[in-house]
Amino acid sequence: MTEPSLAVIGAGPAGLAAALAAAARGIRVTLIDSAAEAGGQFYRQPAPGLGARRPQALHHQWRTWERLRDGLRAHVQAGTVRHMTDHHVWFVERRDTAGFAVHALVGPEQEQPAEVRAAAVLLATGGYEKVLPFPGWTLPGVVTAGGAQAMLKGGLVLPGRTAVVAGTGPLLLPVATGLAAAGATVAALVDSADPKSFVRRSRTLAGRPGKVAEGAQYAGQLLRHRVRTLLHHTVVAAHGAERLEAVTIAALDRDGRVRQDTRRRLGCDTLAVSHGMLPHTDLADALGCRVDGTDVYVDDEQRTDVPGVWAAGETTGIGGSALSLAEGHIAGRSVAARLAGRAPDPGEWAAAARTRAGLRAFFAAVDSVYVPPAHWAEQVTDGTVVCRCEEVSAGAVREAVRELGAGDLRTVKLLTRAGMGWCQGRVCGPGVAGVAGCAETAGRRPFARPVPLGVLARAGETEEQ
Amino acid sequence: MNPLELVGAEPGPPFTVTLDGREMEALPGQTVAAALWTAGITSWRTTRGEGRPRGIFCGIGVCFDCLVTVNDRPNQRACLMPLRPGDAIRTQEGTGHDD
Repeated sequence: MTEPSLAVIGAGPAGLAAALAAAARGIRVTLIDSAAEAGGQFYRQPAPGLGARRPQALHHQWRTWERLRDGLRAHVQAGTVRHMTDHHVWFVERRDTAGFAVHALVGPEQEQPAEVRAAAVLLATGGYEKVLPFPGWTLPGVVTAGGAQAMLKGGLVLPGRTAVVAGTGPLLLPVATGLAAAGATVAALVDSADPKSFVRRSRTLAGRPGKVAEGAQYAGQLLRHRVRTLLHHTVVAAHGAERLEAVTIAALDRDGRVRQDTRRRLGCDTLAVSHGMLPHTDLADALGCRVDGTDVYVDDEQRTDVPGVWAAGETTGIGGSALSLAEGHIAGRSVAARLAGRAPDPGEWAAAARTRAGLRAFFAAVDSVYVPPAHWAEQVTDGTVVCRCEEVSAGAVREAVRELGAGDLRTVKLLTRAGMGWCQGRVCGPGVAGVAGCAETAGRRPFARPVPLGVLARAGETEEQ
Repeated sequence: MNPLELVGAEPGPPFTVTLDGREMEALPGQTVAAALWTAGITSWRTTRGEGRPRGIFCGIGVCFDCLVTVNDRPNQRACLMPLRPGDAIRTQEGTGHDD
């Protein structure tokens, strides 16, 4: 290898910040991403064919995106960054002498393999939505909040005319205001969090005036679009025959139980629902990186505990785009120094480190406020499908626990097939654990996405090109 | 207001694809899912077990709920698959391998 090289997996805020920082310091960067355009989920762009003249109307912090986008363009033109779009990474292989081999599948059909060699790897694989089950959540028209936003930002489409946005977490705000701005009637924003919790954490909030202003901005937009906000409420059920027609919502009591006397029905054809986010950790896990709870462990330089592997952004813990940028910024600088054979000077990223510390503290507070109702699983009827792929009902999961003695997620899976389907438990994991009453453990998956057997059979054939 | 107006979209000329043999229009760059949503269709698959309707859920390729048959290839994720002129979309029943 003639010059030190870095493979960045994921072209969202963290991956872009890291790629730009490393490339600016003489590292040859290959940026590998599954989308057709850079930006990740946060800066997901409308397809060029749609000819959007004002894509920023669906975005926040557009200036930051312009800076990242222009930086990437300049580096690609200069040949310092190679941007591989539409490459779906399924495995990163550690080679003793030659660093790493990144294995991807190319194109929307994902059947052709591609391989990238690099001395170091940076995982910026982002996160995805967590949704807990409730009766009716498999009806068409029920979508994840992030999914509704992705379809809107990328395809410029709405799932219906009248939406309810529900669950818990800060993501509900941009989703509700985004859908409303794009022409949907948002019948209600339903969050199970208790607003009093914010007051108790006012010191954390006071330390982040930017976040307070952001919140106030959303409040103004909700008011302007006449979106009713129901706090300490939850969706109990979604109704419809072939597609969503209505939802039942209810207030929660102090213990997080549904107050049955407050149940009411709201007509809607769309329910955008979210109970938080989960990091993508498959590649890190398969590489042997330490994963603490749901998050990839990193040190102050954003290094994982596996030599040569860095991680930044949501994969190290959910915390939004500003935190992802700070982490990417630090990771790219650390990679550049380490690949050049020297210890980096943390003074070079002091400001980013302060941002990182502040935002991690802020999101720790956010996480403690935005928790699903304590007794949510009580609302999941036995007939409710909890594992969407394998169509495993809550009743079957409960039977596995009560009658067959399953005490952990793995045994529940073996006895019921919950988590054995296409998504490999990514969607149902938290829901099945909650219904079973057992601990939510991180799923261990050897590959980050399905791989055709033909590709696996040929793996290694192109050992030395 | 609709999403296209909101961002001042001037899409390229629409093209024709088929859904179960019926012609429908799609815009350049749209995924299968986006074109179907534009046409007011939110379900295009039935599950293997109970034959229940499904469409988009996660919208980003994680959940596999939006599987669809495109040009005789079953189990394609509608949220990821961009459409090309003349593509034949078919609603998918079960595993999609029965016909």
